[in-house]
Amino acid sequence: MIDVWEGILQAFRLVYSLDRDLFEIVLLSLYVTLSAVIVASLIGLPLGAWLAVNRFRFRRATIALLNALMGLPPVVVGLIVYILFSRSGPFGVFGLLFTPTAMIIAQVIIITPLIASIAHQAIRDLWAEYHDLLISLTTSKKQRMKTLIWDARRSLLTASLAGFGRAIGEVGAIMIVGGNIDHVTRVLTTAIALETGKGDFALALGLGFILIGLAIAVNMAIHVLSKTERGGQW
Amino acid sequence: MISMVRFLLPLMLMAVPGWVYAAEMRVAVTTSFHNSGLSDVLLPQIKQDLDIDARLIVVGTGQALKLGRAGDVDAILVHSKKAEELFVEEGYGTHRREIMYNDFVIIGPSSDSAKVAAVTSVNAAFSAISASKPIFVSRGDDSGTHRKELALWKLAGLDSNAFEPNWYRAVGSGMGAALNTASGMNAYIMSDRASWLKFKNKGDLKLLFSGDPVLFNQYAYLPVNPAKHPHVHNEMAKALENWLVGKKAQTMIGAYKISDETLFIPNATPN
Repeated sequence: MIDVWEGILQAFRLVYSLDRDLFEIVLLSLYVTLSAVIVASLIGLPLGAWLAVNRFRFRRATIALLNALMGLPPVVVGLIVYILFSRSGPFGVFGLLFTPTAMIIAQVIIITPLIASIAHQAIRDLWAEYHDLLISLTTSKKQRMKTLIWDARRSLLTASLAGFGRAIGEVGAIMIVGGNIDHVTRVLTTAIALETGKGDFALALGLGFILIGLAIAVNMAIHVLSKTERGGQW
Repeated sequence: MISMVRFLLPLMLMAVPGWVYAAEMRVAVTTSFHNSGLSDVLLPQIKQDLDIDARLIVVGTGQALKLGRAGDVDAILVHSKKAEELFVEEGYGTHRREIMYNDFVIIGPSSDSAKVAAVTSVNAAFSAISASKPIFVSRGDDSGTHRKELALWKLAGLDSNAFEPNWYRAVGSGMGAALNTASGMNAYIMSDRASWLKFKNKGDLKLLFSGDPVLFNQYAYLPVNPAKHPHVHNEMAKALENWLVGKKAQTMIGAYKISDETLFIPNATPN
């Protein structure tokens, strides 16, 4: 238990001293994860809506597959992205391996199915409610999707935040494609893995608490900015 | 959504990634080199003398060689002579340049049930361990240290493939993680001296055996061949090599100490 206490102290010490390296690592964590969440939301939310309003032959199989992909193992995603972006891989010419961009790509692949699945679930329920109205107004499919996405925005925020949660704590994939390079691709999770490897549990735990605090802060900030859960709004 | 973008955009712009510098090269190095802390001493000096930002990818020797083969790094610094020679032979590296050496040590519980501390050769130490079968943690990750360990079992006339998993535990991870495992299980393990000295979670473990010349561990630097991968920064790789074998770097390597112990002995042949 001494270790946990040491970790909490270490977290405060790190934050209090405004450590430059820590600041850099935190910013990169946010940059990578938030970029991934934005890209994955731009793909996943419309995809969820599209799946809800369209009826096609393999719909059930597609949805089942999407749900299964929520459990995509990050290490495997990392390995695949690594192979694709390695200099001897098909996209090697871009030289993206061991850059934050490669980390963002890996995270987008990991969290898009999650965001799309939750979005689909939320929009499907809303679609059951809106179905008769939207059909009787002879709306186009595009208009229906837009209406549903807008009216389900609070649930969709949860979908995006779930994606954020999975991405910010992810280590397996970004370790492989980012390489955990100091000052370039080192983020909170890979730094924690590194310090654990050195046996410095206090520092690793300190970074861990900062990561948890960061996740809470981002969620709070997004809720405040999107004005959810205010008095009078149920 | 709009408010989300408004919130996120400045954040994204703030975190301008640091990989836009011009003179930047990538070197895959072994965990033992990095964990020792020597890289933290050398890198700032490299930046100052050569104006090169050497970015380290810290992996096991096996993976480092793989990264070099794929052309994902400009040079590698590893310790597994046979694999390195093959790397050069196959044309992936231009040549192999010896830089320095350190040594491996055998770590174990202070109670030392296998009586490793009493023996005088590494052969005897390994035989003692396999005879009394205490828990032994093997890296099991195809790293230089792992290959060395396998070679040492063989040298002692033992077949490590036949060891039962109830005492011989291959963890398949880096030196630090393996040391953590050994510390948790109070097990025997072979480590490079630097990683051991820097390791902070020693628990009941202590250094039991070292000093046999067989345990010496040669580090070599191999620039990736630009004939195979035209995009590699061979000029920088060469400049770094010349710096590493130069008098200044060699002196710095020899002078680097942790708790009053010298970790690396420089042995490069000067230009």
